[in-house]
Amino acid sequence: MRAPAASDIAAGEVLLSVEDVTLSFGGVVALRDVSFDIKKGEIRAIIGPNGAGKTSMLNVINGFYQPQKGSISFKGETRTKMRPYDAADGGIARTFQNVALFKGMSALDNILAGRTLKMKRGWFWQMLRIGPALTEEIEHRKRVEEIIDFLEIQAIRKVPVARLPYGLQKRVELGRALAMEPDLLLLDEPMAGMNLEEKEDMSRFIIDVNDHYGTTIALIEHDMGVVMDLSDRVVVLDHGVKIADATPDEVKKDQAVIDAYLGVAH
Amino acid sequence: MLGPIIETLIGGLLTGVLYALVALGFVLIFKASGVFNFAQGAMVLFAALSVARLSEVMPLVFAVAIAVVIMVVLAYVIERLVLRPLVNQEGIILFMATLGVAYFIDGFGQTVWGSDIYKINLGIPKDPMFFFEGVFPGGILIDREEVAAAAVCAILVAGLAIFFQVTRTGRALRAVADDHQAAQSVGIPLNYIWLIVWAVAGIVAIAAGMVWGSKLGVQFSISLVALKALPVLILGGFTSIPGAIVGGLIIGAGEKLAEVLLGPILIKTFDLAGGGIENWFAYMLALVFLLFRPQGLFGERIIERI
Repeated sequence: MRAPAASDIAAGEVLLSVEDVTLSFGGVVALRDVSFDIKKGEIRAIIGPNGAGKTSMLNVINGFYQPQKGSISFKGETRTKMRPYDAADGGIARTFQNVALFKGMSALDNILAGRTLKMKRGWFWQMLRIGPALTEEIEHRKRVEEIIDFLEIQAIRKVPVARLPYGLQKRVELGRALAMEPDLLLLDEPMAGMNLEEKEDMSRFIIDVNDHYGTTIALIEHDMGVVMDLSDRVVVLDHGVKIADATPDEVKKDQAVIDAYLGVAH
Repeated sequence: MLGPIIETLIGGLLTGVLYALVALGFVLIFKASGVFNFAQGAMVLFAALSVARLSEVMPLVFAVAIAVVIMVVLAYVIERLVLRPLVNQEGIILFMATLGVAYFIDGFGQTVWGSDIYKINLGIPKDPMFFFEGVFPGGILIDREEVAAAAVCAILVAGLAIFFQVTRTGRALRAVADDHQAAQSVGIPLNYIWLIVWAVAGIVAIAAGMVWGSKLGVQFSISLVALKALPVLILGGFTSIPGAIVGGLIIGAGEKLAEVLLGPILIKTFDLAGGGIENWFAYMLALVFLLFRPQGLFGERIIERI
């Protein structure tokens, strides 16, 4: 079964909403009065030409950037300032455009790092490896192994990630985000630089995550075919301004979107 | 001839452990923040001064306990006032900041504790032990304090290695060193991690300061011992705790053996004065090493995908 029909989602509960967000760096306005929402259980795509402000938007959502104006509501809680720690603690996980892994560590340790906030035992007990700390460690290891199975990366679990090919690095990065058991997963160009087969694998993983774990996903992607297949609703940004917000089919026909991508004769 | 060589070797290895103890402080901070902390030597001096002066008025155990508190507070102040405002700045800027911190701590330590030469008494008898008197004429002489230092060092290293490998905080430390943003995205608080490493580096500085202070007396020149840690780091690798130990042992043993074995040869063949080899040998070794293995013996391999 595929994600719920678009009509269900339109009626669904809002998980995150962005209201009138404006973000500028000195004189450069990256986002101007952008508002949209992400509903529980949907796959939401954010698209737009280069420099449209897509990554800035993700950075605002997970607290790397503080917008000058506007607010963000997540799970019904509204804040004007979000710190990365609070975002992670509240259940927002993300991947990065240029793969940001812990290069010296193995794939396994990278994914385990995603469990940081879930581990509760103090370092003293963890060092001794006895009692509750050991039980906890085993439990986390089990969860991580499930993720490794899910992403089909059993063979590389002990390999330092810097040695892995790009496609696999992207997969490990997704694994680290999944290890956080997020409510909202932000994916910044999960398929950039991949070949067709890798793209198909990644699409499958994204759909499975959404189906099996019910994780809400917001993704930035340039491959239009992928966006149209995967997403329930699409936000289109251009030069920091929202120009469309609709289902994939509607967006495809939208004149403003076509102009933004193809350019307009003046 | 074999007896004196073994004696030199053992003496060198034990001194090497002391170098390693100082190098350890550098490695901790470099590992977790990518910052080369020039202030490590000053921290060793400050810690040694604190222990020395406090132990004049109270038992050594309490003096050390208070010194631990002082070093943790110092770590907090450095994190708060220097590191936090400089997050995401270039390495060279952070390095310059630690340079400033180094001179501040050097001077501030003397302002607070005074600038005479102070003593730390570890309660270890000063007379050396002799071994194998039956095998070698005169036996082999071993300094008790250096043995104690080696033991302290071994315990510290084992503890830190386990801490880094298996605990959540240890994993977080390695994560922060690799990628600040990614670490933040999985919910690792940078400031807290930095506070921890500087505090642990401060505690390592106490161990180093006590051992060196007991050997040389607590005085300004202790902070210069940190310069001997540089070749150790180059040999062992800036990011490896075991590397700091092995590097320390190689440098310690190497320079002592060079003095004893190379010295007489230089004197005989080239008619040189022959002394002072101990002063430059370590740096020479490090230089040669840099040419062949820039990441050090145990440093993370520099992998570049093109």
